[in-house]
Amino acid sequence: MPLLGADMTAGRLVAWYRHPGDIVTRGDIIAEVDTDKGAIDVQVFTTGVLEQILVQPGEKVPVGTVLAVIREGVEPGAPAAAAAPIPPAPSAAAAGPPPSEHPRASPAARKAASALGIDVTSIRGTGPGGVVTVADVEQAAAGGSSDGDRQERMRRAIAAAVARSKREIPHFYLSTTISLERATAWLAQQNAARPVGERLLMGVLFIKAVALALREVPELNGRWDGQRAVRNEGIHVGVATFLREGGLMAPALHDADRQTIDDLMRGFRDVVTRARAGALRSSELSDPTITVTSLGDRGVEAVYGVIYPPQVAIVGFGKVVERPWSAGGRIVSHPVVTATLAADHRVTDGRRGAAFLEAVDAFLQDPGRL
Amino acid sequence: MTRAELKNAVLRILGTVAPEADLTHLKADVPFRDQLDVDSMDLLNFFIAIDKELHVDIPEADYPKAATLDGCVNYLSARLGGQT
Repeated sequence: MPLLGADMTAGRLVAWYRHPGDIVTRGDIIAEVDTDKGAIDVQVFTTGVLEQILVQPGEKVPVGTVLAVIREGVEPGAPAAAAAPIPPAPSAAAAGPPPSEHPRASPAARKAASALGIDVTSIRGTGPGGVVTVADVEQAAAGGSSDGDRQERMRRAIAAAVARSKREIPHFYLSTTISLERATAWLAQQNAARPVGERLLMGVLFIKAVALALREVPELNGRWDGQRAVRNEGIHVGVATFLREGGLMAPALHDADRQTIDDLMRGFRDVVTRARAGALRSSELSDPTITVTSLGDRGVEAVYGVIYPPQVAIVGFGKVVERPWSAGGRIVSHPVVTATLAADHRVTDGRRGAAFLEAVDAFLQDPGRL
Repeated sequence: MTRAELKNAVLRILGTVAPEADLTHLKADVPFRDQLDVDSMDLLNFFIAIDKELHVDIPEADYPKAATLDGCVNYLSARLGGQT
């Protein structure tokens, strides 16, 4: 069961799209799982033969459970008996002793349960001697109830993720005001020459500028593994997307720094549309290395985000507004946007964060480079 | 197309872009953006769908003219000329 975001602890297998004996190729969608954030298509990351299915439709299993065995380099029809030993699938219902009337819980777990409005006595403990841990509380918050409706479960999942983020990540915040005079003129010129289906949004310029700026400040495209900062190789920008029924998701635009602005725009439209239709792929939820959020459409001038672990930064853009601007010794009116950065202080510091925002600004002053 | 047919077409397209919206109470002279939970991506998808279904590619500079139900129907009616 793939981990499709820090807020996911378990998933229910809905359907298999391939059968034992089928050849599967890297990137193929082979199954669908139901998570608190909706139905997600599961992709494979290897090529071979689907040898054995281990989790049946309807089963809910924890993240990390082996769903199936794929034999690399085996031709169709090879005997399944050649399979390597299969690790036992952990059961979502057998993670620890049953709850007692007065379960022991760590002080942090009690505090987390209280903050999330969860009765700690209803949680099954997995700590030493059945002690309820913070992780148990988060799991209960994320998916403990199977009969809650989707919105409630998504809200709880988001609550668990942001609570963990604020509890564990020492955020620092920076902001800067960026003139969009050149970017706006460039965009208008581009769009005037394009059919409607190929037009660009200002949002895609923001995404590309962030992706390119990350090359200059790569530590912001990293993760914290508990002991040290690790830099990610690819720049996969998660785009925060509100869902109409409530909640949000941040699917990845893979290798955003290497895509042309047109390809990036097509991908942007595609993932936003599919996120709202409940048709995302597993890699789009598991791969973002940074998040970009914008509330400009809602009239907000600045947004200071909560980092989505294990990412170490989130970049916000507000509404594009006309403001007095000093240019060439004159005060003129320019379209401007407030760009913000929330970053993990364990990984980087304000000086590097400032360098990042400066780089974003520089790319937006030269939109032809995007 | 008659104005009534154009209006129905615009409402149908809006319904596909913002399926949760209650279009029965849509105010014809208020911008879509001010009364529906839509963002710039939704509006782009709206104009793309207008082009696909009604074969009218509205230039970006004209978006403000088509930002309300009345404005959109008027604009499309004028662009489609003798067909309405």
